[in-house]
Amino acid sequence: MEKIVIVGASSGIGADLARILAKEGHKVAALARRFDRLEELRSEYPNNIFIYEHDVLQPETVPDLMLQIGKDMDGIDTLIYSSGVMPDVSKDPYGFANDKAMVDVNITGAIAWINEAAKRFEAAGRGTIVGIGSVAGVRGRGAQPVYNASKGFLHIYLESLRNRIAKKGVKVTTVKPGPVDTEMTKGLSMPMMMPSRTAAEIIAKNRHCGNEIYLSFKLKVIFFILRNIPSFLFRRLKI
Amino acid sequence: MSGRSLPIELDYGYFETVQGYGQSTYGQSWVYRPARVDEIREVLQLAKQNGRRVCLRGSGRSYGDANYLEESITIDITRMDRILSWDRTTGILEAEAGVTIEDMWRHVLEDGYWPPVVTGTMYPCLGGALGMNVHGKNNYCRGTLGEHVLEIDVLNANGELKTLTPRDEEFFAIVSSAGLLGIITRVKIQMHAVNSGDLKVWAESADDWREQFELFEKFEHNSDYMVSWVDCFGRGAQAGRGLFHAAWYKETLDPKSLKEEKQDLPSLILGFFPKSMLWKILKKFCNRTGMRFVNWAKYVSGSTLGNNKMHDQSLVAFSFLLDYVPDWRRAYEPGGFIQYQTFVPKEHARRVFSRQVELQQEAKLESFLGVLKRHRPDNFLFSHAVDGYSFALDFKVTQKNRERLWKLAHQMNDLVLEAGGRFYLAKDSTLRPEDVAQWLGPEKMARYKALKSEWDPEGIFATAQSDRLGLTHRPR
Repeated sequence: MEKIVIVGASSGIGADLARILAKEGHKVAALARRFDRLEELRSEYPNNIFIYEHDVLQPETVPDLMLQIGKDMDGIDTLIYSSGVMPDVSKDPYGFANDKAMVDVNITGAIAWINEAAKRFEAAGRGTIVGIGSVAGVRGRGAQPVYNASKGFLHIYLESLRNRIAKKGVKVTTVKPGPVDTEMTKGLSMPMMMPSRTAAEIIAKNRHCGNEIYLSFKLKVIFFILRNIPSFLFRRLKI
Repeated sequence: MSGRSLPIELDYGYFETVQGYGQSTYGQSWVYRPARVDEIREVLQLAKQNGRRVCLRGSGRSYGDANYLEESITIDITRMDRILSWDRTTGILEAEAGVTIEDMWRHVLEDGYWPPVVTGTMYPCLGGALGMNVHGKNNYCRGTLGEHVLEIDVLNANGELKTLTPRDEEFFAIVSSAGLLGIITRVKIQMHAVNSGDLKVWAESADDWREQFELFEKFEHNSDYMVSWVDCFGRGAQAGRGLFHAAWYKETLDPKSLKEEKQDLPSLILGFFPKSMLWKILKKFCNRTGMRFVNWAKYVSGSTLGNNKMHDQSLVAFSFLLDYVPDWRRAYEPGGFIQYQTFVPKEHARRVFSRQVELQQEAKLESFLGVLKRHRPDNFLFSHAVDGYSFALDFKVTQKNRERLWKLAHQMNDLVLEAGGRFYLAKDSTLRPEDVAQWLGPEKMARYKALKSEWDPEGIFATAQSDRLGLTHRPR
């Protein structure tokens, strides 16, 4: 039985991961702002799911909460950072508030949790950190500069951490989902949309791989190609 | 912790993964290594301030989950390793609780003494060894380690130091209660006088269970040590086959053999192969087929080459067989192993132990090693010993066999309980609360609870094992 912390578990991939992992018999600490959602989740697996109201915009609360969760679950083996926002920036492409929100949730919150977990896991000589990035972070496309950059940040940050602590026994897994049908993507029409449950199943299965993963072979091929297109050509593409 | 005051917050600089010797389970906790009593008090204070329970740990030689507790403050006493006094005329040694059996024999041997009771490895420390009240191959004639202790200092959960002697009833509870009542910090113990650093050892092979027990009966009144190895792969007419050893202290004075350097085990075997690599070879055999062969080969060589012969062996070589292959436990990686030892009154021993082996064979989970020893009862609260025998077994744990292995252990436990037998916390990974309640009986359980509320009213001393066995509870 594994003890898993999921930050951002009230909906989407995080919530589905909580369900899948709790069903497998693991202990899951589910964290989110929306406590009523967490209560629903707990009612599905009352013996396995522990719930905590938490706003990633308050990173200073992370160390104490991590200690509390460890105590409640008799340890922590895995941290999954699944919080992320992608506000609609099409109306106001240079609006600072939206961009700052993405930096706060997708970057600052991630650093607060992942650093704290890394400190703990490095000391213990074992543990797994999973960050949910995005294919959006692979290249800087024109539509959402800060969203893309925030995911790109996460990828590089996790890669650096992996290079630092893999040799200490800690696995760092970067997940790069393509479009997934969640609240975040509601109302958007995107190609190759994947159901959230399917995405969560793939992530749950590969969480300890300690590497970068795409959720399908097709995405892997497409983004391998996109990643290697030189910038002067990439600028001319309509993607 | 070098003289500095501890910070009030929990610091990941002290955070570690902690395991029992069998490496089959683990927990993570903040591990502090105080070097004096005042520093232990500081750690107790730190635990209280942070609302964490305290787990006591010595050398970490208990096989199961008796020496760690998830998310606790763990007090590892191995830095309390000073020998405080040694009197070569009386043979009385006074030491801090982190002093190991190795430290003791190295200190006293040249003066003609040897620890009265030693375990199969020399690395346990006094605090841990008394917490478990360990025995050796001389349990039937010398009792447990606790029976040779003259005085102990014990800290209760409030940090108050008390001195206890065998005249105090509590002495018999603190010793044997696995660190659940208090922290032993200082020990005064009587060493055993010896004339020689060697023992006379008799080896005789046993062809079946009947012969095994006959050999023990033959030597139990006129030997200083007895132990027998059992091949758990033997079945039918060969069930219980193995190799019996009895040993005696020597009567003639031999000062040369008492030199420390005469005792040290060679670091090479056959003169060229480093023993530190031996576990890697052992690992290749660490499966049913390999171990069936190893056990067979040992039996065949024992029953031909060394059979019915008296030979001299150093105290260290005879006593600390487990230290012969350094890091031998690594042969069981990655899943680790559990050690399983049960104690059965003599009239039922043959039936229970032979049935235990049959159950292993039916489940295809034979122990890779079986060790039979003779015991006598004692007055300690969590006493494991009976007027009878014990059978110690090593089971490899894998992800696949774990569930079946625990089921097998529960079946074997039931046989022991039916026969009025007992268990040993240092070697337990599989007991359930109801097994412990039946082993100890209502009177001892009540006595334990009364002492617990007196010595540790807030219930801060706990281990993963004590939670599993219902001897302690997580605060809600």
